[in-house]
Amino acid sequence: MSRVSSFLLRRRGGTRWDWTDVFTWFWLIGGFILMFGPAAWLVNSSFKTPAALAEFPPTLLPYVTELVQVDGYDNALPLYEVTDENGDARVLAEVRRIGIVAQMVDPANPQEIIKVSIQDRTPRRTVSFATENYVEPLVANDFLRYLWNSVFVTVMATIITLLTNSMAAFALSKYQFRGRSTVMMLIVATLMVPLSVIIVPLYSVISAMGLFNSLWGVILPTVATPTGVFMLRQYMLTIPDELIDAARMDKASEWQIYWRIVLPLTAPALAVLAIFSVVWRWNDFLWPLIVLSRRELYTLQVGLNTYAGELNVQWHFILAMTVVTMIPVVLVFIFLQRFITTGIAGAGLK
Amino acid sequence: MSRITLTGVSRSFGQVQVLHDIDLDIRDGELVVFVGPSGCGKSTLLRLIAGLDRPTKGTIAINDEDVTRVAAADRGLAMVFQSYALYPHMSVRQNLAFGLENARMPRAEIDQRIAEAARMLEIAPYLDRRPGQLSGGQRQRVAIGRAIVRNPTAFLLDEPLSNLDAELRISTRAELAALHERLSATMIYVTHDQTEAMTLADRIVVLRAGRIEQVGTPLELYNRPANLFVAGFIGAPRMNFLPAEIGGTKDGRTRLDLEGAGSLEVEAVAASPGDEVTLGLRPHQLRLVDGGEGMAAEVSLVEALGSETVVHTRMEGGESLLAVLSGQHQVEAGETVRFSLDSTDLHLFDSDGVRLQPAAN
Amino acid sequence: MTAQANTSIARRAGAIIMAPVALLARAFDPPLRMLQKFGGTNVMAAFFLAPNMLIFGVFVLFPLAVNIAYSMTGGNALFLTNREFVGLDQYERLFDCGNYLDRQTCREDLFWTAVWNTSSFVVLQVSLMVGVALVTALVLNRDLKARSFWRAVFFFPVLLSPVVVGLIWRWILQRQGLLNFGLYELGFEPVNWLVERNWAFAAAVGVSVWAHVGFYALILLAGLQAIPKELYEAAEMDGTKPGRVFWRITLPLLMPNLLVVLVLTLIRAVQIFDEVYVLTGGGPGTSTLFLTQYIYEVGFASHLRNPGLASAASILMGLVLIVLTLFQLGIVRRNDRRGGK
Repeated sequence: MSRVSSFLLRRRGGTRWDWTDVFTWFWLIGGFILMFGPAAWLVNSSFKTPAALAEFPPTLLPYVTELVQVDGYDNALPLYEVTDENGDARVLAEVRRIGIVAQMVDPANPQEIIKVSIQDRTPRRTVSFATENYVEPLVANDFLRYLWNSVFVTVMATIITLLTNSMAAFALSKYQFRGRSTVMMLIVATLMVPLSVIIVPLYSVISAMGLFNSLWGVILPTVATPTGVFMLRQYMLTIPDELIDAARMDKASEWQIYWRIVLPLTAPALAVLAIFSVVWRWNDFLWPLIVLSRRELYTLQVGLNTYAGELNVQWHFILAMTVVTMIPVVLVFIFLQRFITTGIAGAGLK
Repeated sequence: MSRITLTGVSRSFGQVQVLHDIDLDIRDGELVVFVGPSGCGKSTLLRLIAGLDRPTKGTIAINDEDVTRVAAADRGLAMVFQSYALYPHMSVRQNLAFGLENARMPRAEIDQRIAEAARMLEIAPYLDRRPGQLSGGQRQRVAIGRAIVRNPTAFLLDEPLSNLDAELRISTRAELAALHERLSATMIYVTHDQTEAMTLADRIVVLRAGRIEQVGTPLELYNRPANLFVAGFIGAPRMNFLPAEIGGTKDGRTRLDLEGAGSLEVEAVAASPGDEVTLGLRPHQLRLVDGGEGMAAEVSLVEALGSETVVHTRMEGGESLLAVLSGQHQVEAGETVRFSLDSTDLHLFDSDGVRLQPAAN
Repeated sequence: MTAQANTSIARRAGAIIMAPVALLARAFDPPLRMLQKFGGTNVMAAFFLAPNMLIFGVFVLFPLAVNIAYSMTGGNALFLTNREFVGLDQYERLFDCGNYLDRQTCREDLFWTAVWNTSSFVVLQVSLMVGVALVTALVLNRDLKARSFWRAVFFFPVLLSPVVVGLIWRWILQRQGLLNFGLYELGFEPVNWLVERNWAFAAAVGVSVWAHVGFYALILLAGLQAIPKELYEAAEMDGTKPGRVFWRITLPLLMPNLLVVLVLTLIRAVQIFDEVYVLTGGGPGTSTLFLTQYIYEVGFASHLRNPGLASAASILMGLVLIVLTLFQLGIVRRNDRRGGK
């Protein structure tokens, strides 16, 4: 405990609390709440039933009213805690409500109807996680399909990105040929060309190729990332050329040099690119929104947006599916966060 | 079995010509050392022979077969690189096997060759380690092993000892010599270290600025350097150079006038009186003499090494003169000493730096 | 020991996963060897470059080049060859205003609304972003224990998808959401955040800062950590006041990174779309309609569809971005030169 407090109260050098120390902790703790709070609230809300979601003020935990099966009634009845005229607390099940009077029964004695003013009763509630929020959209709606589409797009795009980018980076870092600097110039120049500048003609290119309403139409325009080529090339430049000469003396073909020497040695940079690519492609929104118009082809992002845009917004499903959409990225964050942050600090890219 | 012939080989990088018309014949089983200061083109020449680079002009032949346009992989040569260039992601065994696998050799033979090389080089205990886990000396052996298992027509070694510490360098040098003896294979060895060249070579090729200065056995180069550059490069400590003037030739003897150090007579050389020449003296040729004879010089530094004494001196004309005297001598800085010298092994170079030939008659 | 065991297990697992891939790669070798034999090394370089450059050419360079032609055509046909050439009509239409001070008088008032919204957004968001990122970086650069933990805290939202970001905040900012509950508890009137024009705009700014500030804080933190400690020690020896240290040492030395961050946030802010689109849909009314959304809706939404006009607007946006990018490249180059010395 003392270690915790000494950790929390650690200050800059001296013993006096400087205003900067106060500010630092204000910023850190405020940041912690602000950065994680919303996502935590989302996860928390995603386990609530529609009734609990509609409540104001909201509760912290997902409560549901307890139900009980009473003999003589087909449906399960909600349980209430009732204070009767003697001041005793009883647990009764509500049969129906008429105005401000509720007709209730004692589950142990279902024959006798007791009339209770609704002011005298409070619902008896227990904590319960509404997992059907997750199960239903995945099973009954198309979300499993969307999930699969997203996984397919992400995996395929990442594999193709890694392969084509690393091949190009190999050529640009280990061969001397005419036009090499021109190619590099082109790549650097387009580093910052955003999708939004070319969507209109790109759409016609995709349509001409018959890739409209195809997951490949989502995948292909994203894979030739200049960022990836640039990053891998910078890394490959650090591989000594003598190693490649040694492989040539060892009768390795150029393809083997790429595959058996250069690629394994580029593994750290490839891993960074793979992580970036997974996050990018998983999160892509605008382009899939344009290319995919058939529901069964939607990726999770597009599907979620469509659901959230409907007139009758079913928040309980949307919240749960948002959590599902968030999971892979959160996993990446938990396990690879350090890797990514040092990578960004080093390369200054996103 | 493996004879390598270079004819008129030149190489330019853009405007810069790094090799000029190299003609060289390397005989089978010979250990040839390319030596020269950095930037002299020796490594480029080796890469041309290896096939890692192509000459701009000229031809390269192995066993009289023109291989100028043949890829490195198909020349049957093996190379040991300065940085060793071991594949860092493969174990030692995989490093040795990689080239053989690429040649589609049966597994059993690969294993057998690796075992043999490992025994010869004593690297068997760490066959399953990665290069990163080995010491510099061990890596060096693996690099040589990778060349040996290939059973190449010739070995090309690019400064293979330069990354080792001094002690290891000497022992590895001896091992390399023994290896050459045992394999009796053609080896081309590149170094900037003349001691390495002297100890290892059957023949030395001295290169400077992309041209061959002299080719010969180590002793030929030491005893009869063809020019000032070779004279200065071969032999340690470096040869002393003193300016002199030809006085005249009489009775088969030529008189040399040294600036401010009297004159001496040498065997007749093909030069006319009044020619400015350079006299080359090896530090070992100088002896201390008492009395008024010999060349006077002022001692600036004395290094007493026990078995010999190195005396740095400065002559009246300002030229520095280094003497290595065997045994121990009581000499102190500031003192003026006199040296005599053996006039039989003197080297004379003309004003262009070329060795003066003995007089015709 | 265990770490080593883990890596060896991972290595083995990797080898098993890679086995079929390795087999495939080996199958590629013989034909490629033939190619190399007959084509030489230059052909191999072309071979390695080809897939990436092909995709790059078809999906980036070609559309980029064609976009200019596209913006000079009219009608609803998809393919350039079927489209009618109209010269600069689309640009004229974008700039056709009765009175340039009043966007209501413009023919494409929606475009000018988007331009106006985007400009205000850029000014507000960029200044807020750079400010918050700088403060965060300064805080993180202090002598903290568990710095990587705190760094991760601020970085977390960066990885979230824009749709997730939009939905998270839509849920919190809705009428009966968490924020209004907080206000209610504190005794304030609840606000209808996403329905009132100014609040919706503020929400768009705030949410986009929330989502990306960690990334820029990270770049600035890297810059701060590159400042040699000796400088601070020297300043301390000289008895320099902390405020002066900040203005005279920290800020000037951080300037290159700060400029990079500034231009990067500018470039991104000009293109703002995804998270705001999910959060507000451009509404209420057109109060959060930004340029990219305008391009998207004019280019693809059925009732306004006019691809040529969208293309013209996207070229105008591209020009702004090119200027900003050149600016950024200039800064990076200058930094590199300085670093080199």
